Amino acid sequence: MQSQVLEGGFVDLPVDASYAFRAVMTAMARPGDIAFVGGAQPPAPMSVSAGVVLLTLCDPETPIHLAASHDTPQVRDWITFHTGAPLVAAGDAMFALGSWQALPLPDFSIGTAQYPDRSATLIVESAQLSNTGATLRGPGIKDQALLSLPEIRLFQTNATLFPLGLDFFFTCGDRLAALPRTTRVG
Amino acid sequence: MNVMSDPNASRKGWLSLLAGSRAADVARCWAALDMAPAYTTLRSPEIGGVMVRGRAGAIGAPFNLGEMTVTRASIKLADGTVGHGYVQGRSKDHALQAALVDALMQTEAADAVETTLLTPLRDAITARKTDRAAKAAATKVDFFTMVRGED
Repeated sequence: MQSQVLEGGFVDLPVDASYAFRAVMTAMARPGDIAFVGGAQPPAPMSVSAGVVLLTLCDPETPIHLAASHDTPQVRDWITFHTGAPLVAAGDAMFALGSWQALPLPDFSIGTAQYPDRSATLIVESAQLSNTGATLRGPGIKDQALLSLPEIRLFQTNATLFPLGLDFFFTCGDRLAALPRTTRVG
Repeated sequence: MNVMSDPNASRKGWLSLLAGSRAADVARCWAALDMAPAYTTLRSPEIGGVMVRGRAGAIGAPFNLGEMTVTRASIKLADGTVGHGYVQGRSKDHALQAALVDALMQTEAADAVETTLLTPLRDAITARKTDRAAKAAATKVDFFTMVRGED
């Protein structure tokens, strides 16, 4: 195994992971807020913030699906070494990583009525991320928020599935924002 | 161990030796080695559990024997050599030293490490095994049945 894929994890693991978890949790609690994270240096084409989310949330019990855009040997080895998470097909994944075009959205689990938590969380690598575009309303948002989403219709459908549905992280460089299934997009 | 068929056999050998040695023995030999290589930490020492599995008579169905505590660490030397250490117990220093030794064994320092660190550890393990075997042998009881002459 090349040493490049062994590098780029959290340097000061307890401290870095705590800051990262706080940022990830706050982003999910306040949809539309853009958080800055750091500490991970994953191999290209993965962004820093996507690496931080995976290092913080994934372990051997959370299967990950890599979309075609991010399914490179370096990314696979990096995830395996630093998180130990198994890499699986879209239907079995609890987390997924890829660009919006590459992610096979209909294949992911949206949970079941008994266990709505058994749904996938998608980490969408975006070329740009800003507080412009689609309007967000719902829990965690005062009045309304704006976020540059790749499309709108799909997120509206996703919100109607509540309590089932998918949750999304949007990552771009060292910034990330989240869109849980409770947020109404319009 | 078949050295001809497994290219990693020698590495497996020293990693297994480091994993099974006592933390105090490794620390003493590491101090005797008197080396302070520059390194960066790839994975800082962390403690976890692994399930040990066994097979009755080495051919039976595998079963879970029990969990054991394992500490692991990974480092990279200044010249880019990567070393991994997996050791039994919860000593973080032990895991770090095992990772450093693993890396050093892949460099020119291998001979010095072999003589100053690995050989004494190997001797210590052999001595411990012989000692235990001798103690066990002293308690051996031979059961036998006298010929009863019924046939």
